[in-house]
Amino acid sequence: MSWLPKSPKARRRLTLLAAIAPVLGLAVGLTLWGLSDSISYFYTPAQAAEAKPPVGRSIQLGGLVEGGSVVKHSDGRVEFTVADQLATTRIHFSGDLPDLFREGQGIVATGAFRADGDFEAKQVLAKHDERYMPREITKALKEQGEWRGEGAPPPSYQSGAAQQ
Amino acid sequence: MIVEIGSFSLALALALSLAQAVLAGVARMRRSEVLAGAGQGAALGAFACLLIAFAALMYAFVTSDFSVSNVAANSHTAKPLLYRVAGTWGSHEGSMLLWCLALTGCGAAVAGVGRNLPAGLKTLTISVQGVLGILFLAYTVFASNPFVRLAQPPVEGRSLNPLLQDPALAFHPPMLYLGYVGMSVVFSFAVAALIEGRVDAAWARWVRPWTLGAWSALTVGITLGAFWAYYELGWGGWWFWDPVENASFMPWLIATALLHSAIVTEKRGALSGWTVFLALAAFTFSMLGAFLVRSGVLTSVHAFAVDPTRGVLLLAILGVTAGSAFALFAWRAPLLKQGGVFAPISRESALVLNNIFLAAATATVLLGTLYPLMREAATGEAISVGPPFFNLTFTPLMAALAILLPAGPLLAWKRGDLRGVMQRLWVAAVIAVACGLAAFAFISPRKAFSSVGVAMGAWLVIGSLVEIAERTRVFRISIGESWRRLIGLPRGAWGMTLAHLGLGVFVLGACFETGWKQEAAEALPVGGRLNLGAYHLILDDVRGIEGPNYDAERGQLRAFKGDKQICAPAPERRLYPTGGQTTSEVAICTLGISHLYVVLGERRPAEGAPVWLVRAYWNPWALLIFIGPGIMALGGVISLSDRRLRLAAGRKAEAAA
Repeated sequence: MSWLPKSPKARRRLTLLAAIAPVLGLAVGLTLWGLSDSISYFYTPAQAAEAKPPVGRSIQLGGLVEGGSVVKHSDGRVEFTVADQLATTRIHFSGDLPDLFREGQGIVATGAFRADGDFEAKQVLAKHDERYMPREITKALKEQGEWRGEGAPPPSYQSGAAQQ
Repeated sequence: MIVEIGSFSLALALALSLAQAVLAGVARMRRSEVLAGAGQGAALGAFACLLIAFAALMYAFVTSDFSVSNVAANSHTAKPLLYRVAGTWGSHEGSMLLWCLALTGCGAAVAGVGRNLPAGLKTLTISVQGVLGILFLAYTVFASNPFVRLAQPPVEGRSLNPLLQDPALAFHPPMLYLGYVGMSVVFSFAVAALIEGRVDAAWARWVRPWTLGAWSALTVGITLGAFWAYYELGWGGWWFWDPVENASFMPWLIATALLHSAIVTEKRGALSGWTVFLALAAFTFSMLGAFLVRSGVLTSVHAFAVDPTRGVLLLAILGVTAGSAFALFAWRAPLLKQGGVFAPISRESALVLNNIFLAAATATVLLGTLYPLMREAATGEAISVGPPFFNLTFTPLMAALAILLPAGPLLAWKRGDLRGVMQRLWVAAVIAVACGLAAFAFISPRKAFSSVGVAMGAWLVIGSLVEIAERTRVFRISIGESWRRLIGLPRGAWGMTLAHLGLGVFVLGACFETGWKQEAAEALPVGGRLNLGAYHLILDDVRGIEGPNYDAERGQLRAFKGDKQICAPAPERRLYPTGGQTTSEVAICTLGISHLYVVLGERRPAEGAPVWLVRAYWNPWALLIFIGPGIMALGGVISLSDRRLRLAAGRKAEAAA
């Protein structure tokens, strides 16, 4: 093939480039596609009320489980309310809650909003570590002036304190 | 008293590491054998000191000495002995001590066993290892000292997180750390070689066993972690593309690439710059992993012993070591000799392709792991990058690699014969495609992607067998002669074949498990029945039991296939009163290579009798997910046992040259 460069070194470089370029292209293409398509946003209830993610779009909703809000049905369904300082959202979940799920505990639910404004969770995560608070929740609560520092008792939202 | 000895030993180890770095460094400059010997002595001494320090901390844990702050925070008198021992490395401070133990151990190993190394390279390697020792030991002594005493010791400790009280997890961190820190030797070798300005076949021959050892340990560590997540978390999954998992997976990918590129450098003297780059990158990713896991900058479902303030220091160590190493690389790499030439179709090219795919895959995992951080820094929006992203990016790259893999070992060095390889592999290809089609046709529900995966797994497994058949020339010569050839195969060849076979076994297991897993959950009263595909479960009884440091409810179930009872799972739900934490103890029935996985959920009040939420999964071929990597690690160890033979051959070659 006459159009190839003459020196073996340059030829080798060209072959190498020919091998790397498609793989790199594939990797970059897939990554961009993945990042535009399959990332999910994290909201607290107040942020979600503001951003209004479309019904059915997969997002993560995080907040503190409101005291006294947990209703466990005998068919395995659970309903509870997560709250931040400004708003609350009712979450519906079918299945076993994580072992660390407790009232007052920070949780992150993955799922989507339903047409009626409640949140249908596919997965509910609480951390393994009992001293832990999910980082996004810590940050969101700090911004709302609710955070009392590491080790402080988690804020309580009993008796509608969230609507203050 | 023992604790003070430990504390003192730790400080002494720091001083010895300093001596090791300086003495060995000066020894190289002055070409002084006496100073080099002193540097080696310091390396051995630092390791001995850390052994004492580690033993002292373990003693404090075993005897429940709650005057030590770390013990009070992570241990409890009611804990079984194994977990009191494992508690030594269960906390942040303890795990850093383990890291330092492994680091100085590696330095001592280079000093102790590296007799065949060129003197200059060895001395420099010990010096660089000493610098790493200084950084991590200083961090441990000043920022994360495990021997800090409490002014008012509590009567009882706060106990180790019950999820961590598990045999698989007791050995998961040591294996992982052995892998992470094993890469430090490879890193030191690379830095030393860059300073010397010589990267040749002998250097690659020295790097390979260390990489193999670290890679094998990392493989076992990651598998243990996945296995633990599988049966301890009770979610039925084994890999979540969680940042902490990715943190351990990236060094593994890079180490895999390094293993392959080092072969090219060793056998053909080519790719030396790239091999050095990977050697630096492997430990950089290990340190990045330690930083991501320990700092908690990324939200993870399973990060333990997190401390953001100290994470900054780890980041500083990472920046200093990786920054200066790569700067050195940029400066010195152009001086490295270019090695042998090879044709586009050759074993070398196949290994280069392997490296391109592995590097691209690592890059996507890195980007996916760090993207939430970058996005948040740029726009302030919190996002998460989950399994869909990685399935979309990582899986196709690995699939492409898997398609090419069986051809690689059959290609000749320098100039390969692609047609000959295809002739040898077409039977394997036909069988693999047939397996995929059979999976698509006969397993319901129909899953196109999983069937493709099955074909891929079969292709890898059969490809490895073809490779062995080719080496032994089976069916072409007498069986006795083939057998003799089989026995006579070098261990390195066995290692490679096993590792590739293990990958195939893993792919088969992963595709079956993710594709045809079945799940059922229902709230059952005693006597209730749960249907799961072809199986059903009857809840016979739930009763309270008392463990050493927990109370539990144990469900007694019977599992049936049709009318035949196949096993009696007894899952538990444990409450640990010290932390107020509940955990699920999953019951797994192994049926052949498949798992029936049963979780007992919480008790729910109902009219009449109480009900329990029972979840069950049918995980077909799930056992292969953990056996596959086991085979890979075994391959690594077998290949490692070939080392002496290869070194002798290398010396012979050098003597002849």
